[in-house]
Amino acid sequence: MNETEKSNKEIRDSISKTTLKKLIQDFYEQFESETIPHITLPSRTKKNIELNANSDVWVYGDSESMRSAKTVKGATQLLKTSHVVELLMKGHLDQNKSSTLRELYYISENWDIAKFNEQSESDRLIEDLEIITGLQREDFHVRPEENGATLYGPIKIKELTKRGDRTMHCQDEVGEAGYQIPYNVETIKFVEHDAKFIIAIETGGMQDRLIENGFDEKFNAILVHLKGQPARSTRRILKRMNEELKLPVVVFTDGDPWSFRIYASVAYGAIKSAHLSEFMATPAAKFIGVQASDIVEYELSTDKLNDQDIKALESELTDPRFDTPYWKEQINLMLKIGKKAEQQAFAGKGLDYVTDKYLPERLTEMGVI
Amino acid sequence: MVIAEELAKKQKAISIAEFFEKNRQILGFDSGTRSLLTSVKEAVDNALDACEESGILPDIFIKLENTSRTNLTLIVEDNGPGIVKEQIPRVFAKLLYGSRFHAVKQSRGQQGIGISATVLYSQLTSGRPVKIISKIDRDAPAHYFELLINTQTNEPEILVDKIVDWDRTRGTRLELEMEASYVKGRRQSVYEYLKDTAIVNPHARITIIEPDNNRIIFERVTDKQPVQAVEILPHPHGIELGTLMKMLRYCETPRLDSFLRISFSRIGAKTSDEICMKASISPETDPKAITLDEAKRLHEAFKKVKILAPSTDCLSPITEELIRKGMGKEHTVDFIETTTRPASVHNGHPFQVEAGIAYGGNLPKEEKVEILRFANRVPLLYQQGACAITHAIENLNWRTYSLNQPGGSIPIGPAIILVHVASTHIPFTSESKEAIADVPEIISEVELALKDVARRLKNYLSRQDNLEKRREKEEIIYTILPRIAKKVGEILEVPTPDITPIVAKIMRNVFCQRVVRNNGKGCEVEIHFKNHSDSAHHFTFHETLPYSIESPSPEPRKIPVGTQTDYVWKVSLKPGEQKAIIYRLDIALEEAAKLPQLVVEGIQSELVTGAKAVNV
Repeated sequence: MNETEKSNKEIRDSISKTTLKKLIQDFYEQFESETIPHITLPSRTKKNIELNANSDVWVYGDSESMRSAKTVKGATQLLKTSHVVELLMKGHLDQNKSSTLRELYYISENWDIAKFNEQSESDRLIEDLEIITGLQREDFHVRPEENGATLYGPIKIKELTKRGDRTMHCQDEVGEAGYQIPYNVETIKFVEHDAKFIIAIETGGMQDRLIENGFDEKFNAILVHLKGQPARSTRRILKRMNEELKLPVVVFTDGDPWSFRIYASVAYGAIKSAHLSEFMATPAAKFIGVQASDIVEYELSTDKLNDQDIKALESELTDPRFDTPYWKEQINLMLKIGKKAEQQAFAGKGLDYVTDKYLPERLTEMGVI
Repeated sequence: MVIAEELAKKQKAISIAEFFEKNRQILGFDSGTRSLLTSVKEAVDNALDACEESGILPDIFIKLENTSRTNLTLIVEDNGPGIVKEQIPRVFAKLLYGSRFHAVKQSRGQQGIGISATVLYSQLTSGRPVKIISKIDRDAPAHYFELLINTQTNEPEILVDKIVDWDRTRGTRLELEMEASYVKGRRQSVYEYLKDTAIVNPHARITIIEPDNNRIIFERVTDKQPVQAVEILPHPHGIELGTLMKMLRYCETPRLDSFLRISFSRIGAKTSDEICMKASISPETDPKAITLDEAKRLHEAFKKVKILAPSTDCLSPITEELIRKGMGKEHTVDFIETTTRPASVHNGHPFQVEAGIAYGGNLPKEEKVEILRFANRVPLLYQQGACAITHAIENLNWRTYSLNQPGGSIPIGPAIILVHVASTHIPFTSESKEAIADVPEIISEVELALKDVARRLKNYLSRQDNLEKRREKEEIIYTILPRIAKKVGEILEVPTPDITPIVAKIMRNVFCQRVVRNNGKGCEVEIHFKNHSDSAHHFTFHETLPYSIESPSPEPRKIPVGTQTDYVWKVSLKPGEQKAIIYRLDIALEEAAKLPQLVVEGIQSELVTGAKAVNV
């Protein structure tokens, strides 16, 4: 790390610290002005996300919720917030240390009544702090437990690691498992590439199938594994490649309501982290499939929709992110046929079917190749 | 009563076995599960009735054994008065013997066809005789019988009749094998029936040994016997034509008017004459000679003449206290309220309604409330939807009593509703006697009883709610808020901020605070009051000081107290209002720091923050 980078980091840390301190300062002033301590933040619900016309992604709207010490729940939240802020300021930023989301949850064991009951609660509080401060968890030195998923394809990148720069080609110089996306993708520089498009894939099995069948070489495609609901770093690198390299992004998932949501979080942003949509969503990403209409057209083997699936589809009909004629049609069709299908269902027609027939047909249809 | 006559008629024409086959469903023997339940019910009802009549605290023991893939052996033992030797064969092996059809008295037995039907069922499905042991006294011998019913003649056939050793002081034991199945985990089961029976008979101990040898004891919770039901004469308004005719035929008085006076309650000389006149029959007519047509006129006349309602002291309610004990023993709950309504009358029959509601504890929160229906202390397990009790529950608007009620049906919540209807005649919807008919008088009494207990539930819940709110606020102000303040101070590296003004706000209290400032020569003192509550407060404020105060505003009353002076102000604060008292003290700031705590008088201490409340 050179001197400029080092001092850049110091400046960033100092901004983070001031921002966090401001929050506690607010509490202090509320006490002094005889106001019951509280914080306000946008409601993080489906009802309160709206399309930002400039960036074309879904962000939180104006509806706010207040967390106040008037109730035990609110007061406990504020106490937890104070504890977390103290840890971030004095344990992380002052000491130049970091913890993972999971570690943070365990650290709270010592906080008596301010201790978190489960990790989802501390994860959520970190997201709240991101929203309140306008910063990202990396600014608080908080890391996710796992790194991002993997990437494979005709692109050469340079990663600034803690042990110096590493440059590698993600097809020729990596193993079969591909290149591991780090949790902070801001450290990556794209050196050069021969890619025509990026295909983001829900399951590892399907990514392996495409690699084995040489799909990346044949079509000059970068394969990005989403690993279910994609991690922030995965979404961020997709957005960066899309914007910086002007590569089209297509998303290939199972054909079920949960996979529709995976696509939505790649393209439009997640409801849970809409404050980061502008940073992570790729509005240009297109959905390849498995579409409800593919289930019919390609006569895929299917499973019946269960009660949760149906509920999820019905909920999507009221989700503003799915409020387009295309999605209304797909969702209603799936409800009508009452069936869902996995990506792997194409194997029923032979192992090469997906790479030789389905994907080329769909990519042509979508004008990508 | 209709069934009795039908049975009697048919008995001559067809064998009772044939009759039984045709009416299995009415008699309660349509499936293996139901047959067992009916059998247990007949045996237990008999045992409870017998104990009650003899003033014995019942101790009932039930054992079920698997005898084959399809058959069970049922053993029921009680500590009742026993049955005299001569009667044993007929009680158990003659259909309809000793039935209670004509007794006008509240009894469990009104509900069943009798234990002999169970014996017949056992005999038809297993081919085996019933085995009886009965003993009437410590020193009396124990008689052992093996009996079959002659299905052609409806007479007992005695296979074995001997004296045996039995280590009980008295009681009856019967053993029957039958085609039956024992199920658990649903409402219509032997287990549920016994549990419910135990609730309304808290003076009984009931033990059951299930086929897998699991022993369950429903323990007695009181030694208090239920009040004995008294037998009364039938009331003219409650009599059916057929019964009237039978009474006329078997009557032993030579004159109609005296027959009316002797056979019915609430008929005196004047009323009997009036009835005869209205029926256009001479009071001197021989009752045995009354024709069907005359009987009909007589029956009509009962309705035209004004007759006092029947006396209601013949009923035996469970009582509020015992229902409470009964409900409390089978469930862990937070709250039980019970009520016993005054007796009332339907169609000439006295009846009385009791209700209980249990709430909280480990009852399921999101399910429909459990309804326990009882008629003359017998649990009703089938046909809940057809019963007047259920209809009365559905008629009530439970939302006003703090329970959810989606779609205006049975409410939802952690509660059990118990309703007991006691009567000399329970109007059932059908012969299976599982649902009480929608008689308006009964529905209205059930509703009144439910409203009574529901109102008390509502009060309890709103009290709990207030306590919960209070407790929540206390947790905030004593536990959480001080920690937030401390943490904020630590992070910012400043002294911990004062939380008392906020405490007053959260508690919606009157907040009092003394602010002292140095003005160069001495101290300016300001006393701040702010009313955070919704109501006005009037109180007096005291400063008892060893100093004399300068230029106070407003002016206080001064009361010398030894070497000190008590300065007294009257303070009135409207909701949300704030006021201040100011004065000067000629002392140094350090000394002012030692000023005594603020004292207010005439306001409850829990309504004030920042001052000590005294009441003189």
